[in-house]
Amino acid sequence: MTTETGIGAAVKRREDFRFLTGRGTYTDDINRPHQAYGYILRSPYAAAQITGIDTSKAKAAPGVIAVLTGADYDKGGLPCGWQIHSKDGSPMIEPAHPPLCKDQVRHVGDQVALVVAETYAEAKDAAELIEVDYKELPAIISTAKASEDGAPQVWPEAKNNICFDWHIGDKAATDAAFAKAHHVTKIDLVNQRLIPNAMEPRSAVGDYDRATGDYTLYTTSQNPHVIRLLMGAFVLQIPEHKLRVVAPDVGGGFGSKIFHYAEEALVTWASGKVGRPIKWTAERSEAFISDAQGRDHVSHAELAMDKDGKFLGLRVNTIANMGAYLSTFAPCVPTYLHATLLAGVYTTPAIYAEVKAVFTHTVPVDAYRGAGRPEATYLLERLVAKAARDMQMDQVEIRRRNFIPKDAFPYQTPVALQYDSGDYEATLDLALQMSKWADFENRRAEAAKRGKLRGIGISTYLEACGIAPSAVVGSLGARAGLYETGSIRVHPTGSVTVFTGSHSHGQGHETTFAQLVSDGLGIPLENVEVVHGDTAKIPFGMGTYGSRSLAVGGSALVKAMDKIIAKATKIAAHLMEAAASDVEFKDGNFTVKGTDKSIPFGQVALTAYVPHNYPITELEPGLEETAFYDPLNFTYPGGTHICEVEIDPETGITQVVNFTAVDDVGRVINPMIVEGQVHGGLAQGIGQALLERCVYDEDSGQLLTGSYMDYTMPRADDLPSFQVATHGTMCTHNPIGAKGVGEVGAIGSPPAVINAVIDALAPLGIEDMSMPATPLKVWQAIQSAPKKMSAA
Amino acid sequence: MPTVRMTVNGRAVSGEIEARTLLVHFLRNQLGLTGTHVGCDTSQCGACVVHVDGTSIKSCTLLAIQAEGAEVTTIEGLATGDELHPMQAAFREHHGLQCGFCTPGMVMSAVDLVKTNPDPSEQQIREGLEGNICRCTGYHNIVKAVKAGAKAMNAGAMKG
Repeated sequence: MTTETGIGAAVKRREDFRFLTGRGTYTDDINRPHQAYGYILRSPYAAAQITGIDTSKAKAAPGVIAVLTGADYDKGGLPCGWQIHSKDGSPMIEPAHPPLCKDQVRHVGDQVALVVAETYAEAKDAAELIEVDYKELPAIISTAKASEDGAPQVWPEAKNNICFDWHIGDKAATDAAFAKAHHVTKIDLVNQRLIPNAMEPRSAVGDYDRATGDYTLYTTSQNPHVIRLLMGAFVLQIPEHKLRVVAPDVGGGFGSKIFHYAEEALVTWASGKVGRPIKWTAERSEAFISDAQGRDHVSHAELAMDKDGKFLGLRVNTIANMGAYLSTFAPCVPTYLHATLLAGVYTTPAIYAEVKAVFTHTVPVDAYRGAGRPEATYLLERLVAKAARDMQMDQVEIRRRNFIPKDAFPYQTPVALQYDSGDYEATLDLALQMSKWADFENRRAEAAKRGKLRGIGISTYLEACGIAPSAVVGSLGARAGLYETGSIRVHPTGSVTVFTGSHSHGQGHETTFAQLVSDGLGIPLENVEVVHGDTAKIPFGMGTYGSRSLAVGGSALVKAMDKIIAKATKIAAHLMEAAASDVEFKDGNFTVKGTDKSIPFGQVALTAYVPHNYPITELEPGLEETAFYDPLNFTYPGGTHICEVEIDPETGITQVVNFTAVDDVGRVINPMIVEGQVHGGLAQGIGQALLERCVYDEDSGQLLTGSYMDYTMPRADDLPSFQVATHGTMCTHNPIGAKGVGEVGAIGSPPAVINAVIDALAPLGIEDMSMPATPLKVWQAIQSAPKKMSAA
Repeated sequence: MPTVRMTVNGRAVSGEIEARTLLVHFLRNQLGLTGTHVGCDTSQCGACVVHVDGTSIKSCTLLAIQAEGAEVTTIEGLATGDELHPMQAAFREHHGLQCGFCTPGMVMSAVDLVKTNPDPSEQQIREGLEGNICRCTGYHNIVKAVKAGAKAMNAGAMKG
């Protein structure tokens, strides 16, 4: 065991060689013998009745094998994995979600027909020959207006388009807090819709084997077992032992590849029908109208304070857009992943939040990096910044005054969560120091001399991840457990294969998990191989989302290692003729306590498989263990993000000139990978704050930002280099102490950026700015500002 | 169907193709060189960048037939056996990749960037990679990698 590869070492990634040499295997790289290609004809309308479909010309086109429509589809609809109940106890409205529409389409991009042909080009050409008669209907797009009387209805069973009307917290206590407030700060915010845009477009290959009756689906998924369960049990009724789901190398997910999508079911189903493997790969313009989208909240919030700026109560009212159908985990995002985070890092004693979810004629919305927590953080940190300005208090001081102190853990919030650990002063102090916060006014003055408006903004945030205790989420409406599995197979010569239910699509698990196991078993890193992403190889798995892989998946591996060591200790005790209780395991060796009698792990492994001298009446041969780890609580990463911007008042262009992130992610296994995760999250958070916005035409429901020419992805020259650091307090309830890092960057950063923009514009009397703060929007705000720029 | 001939990664290749076949589809589907990726359909993302006659080009913007007679290098042709090209090695050393999907295009663009500007500044790297989108890394480590890769390429050129 060396510290160069163990826990805390910045080991270079093992997956990189294949990715750097073009030898990765992504779903679209997979080709099966006799494979055919699928193309999906999608609705050009946001809302329309299908009055007729004529497929005869398409069926006669060159190369066409089958043209399948909703009339042919005889299987189930896509299920929703989380049920929310409204205030009045009634269950959410859960409309049917067929993979192919039969009578009606409900968003631009809704699936109408699947064409299967010898080549992709032939399938696409033939789809143009399908004649669909649509009767266009009025569409509702706006989140804010969806539940107004007279709005077009997406579903007859969802009156006023309301899916659920939910609440959390103590209304009476919150009203009482507001009644005694010295001041109430109010804010109205839009958390705009985003498009996740993993660089690998979704792809699926369905392959039915007539000889065995087995189905295989290769798919771009963050959780292949979840897809097998949902598609097998609910959609296609294929028993799990006859269905294998493989998620090979996956080119980014960010949440959008958690969900079970229509195309996965369609290629699997159609493969059985036509007796050929079928590949479908999304074109990017198709991804824009078929991948689940993110965010889309409209909120009003009020914060009650005493005369010293101490928070007394918080009221929040949010409308969340679900899109046209309920995607797999959509209902939990604005509820249990959003409203439960509204205490943030503060001691606010009374909180009441109402969340109304609405249907619109848009692409379904579901979890996107952070999922609910960026929305809560943006709301809270914008509100706190405004409260400081209202109270003429320092931005840092108002936060310190309301922090949950580090000796208050475990801390029970008024919105269900119990935080286990944290030190918000420590991350704040380090971030203030790294960002040179104290000298900022000098930099502002220097920038003013150059005619630039410079501003600084802060966000002290917290999130809940490592999802999640199964019993807790079950009581809140989850229709799944949220544990993770890990298996450790020790081979006779002492090398190890690790099987994890987590899935890596950029996170580097093949490296991090190998470090964890190499460290735990005291064996060289190169003797450990990590396998993931295939239901035929892994016992079970809930997959990767909610920053859960190390905290939950890693903990399962620790539990499996505990079992390995327990068994190996008995074998070693037998070999050394000692009592097992006298044998200790350290750095890869089993030693009889207080003696120099010792044997290495590899010798025990060999004995387990060649059990000549072996306690055979007490122990089975072999050395392989599986563990299921169900977490005891969520984990609570948090920290401080500080953004510094410069605005050119002539053009309205905002440049992020400094960005500092200090995050408490608990135990760090590989600091290089952790920093990379933070960088990526920051880019998506800054992207939301300054660049990205999904726009539909409010009348026609057409997606106006349907390509990379229209939807502004952050590019290299839009971003600065970042200053990142971690300051860890250990998670108290998992065996690693890890909290999770995947989402912190995207959660903490957007309010820091917008607070900085508002700070830059404040000398002009500007008090508000919505996301994204585009040059046009900033320029217009400057033009209509109450005060003019003073001459430098 | 027309036949196209070119040299790919030093090997003479030919294939019968539909005239509308893009170079990227010829490389992926006909030659099985799946390291070159398709990330968009508007020539914006750069996942498909290869070198044609020594210059980086988005292989989704070129018909295969336009590359008739050309020397094409894809990501598969960059390393020498198991020895990574200095730019590939720098991406690994500096964690300039996560999911790996944009990586082949990013590396091919970076190699060409350094050929035309052997000592690029951070700003020049950021502007030079404007045509390659990465959703994972926030570009921070890509910029570091390209800087280091440039240095290593120059050192290699001096040695060579």
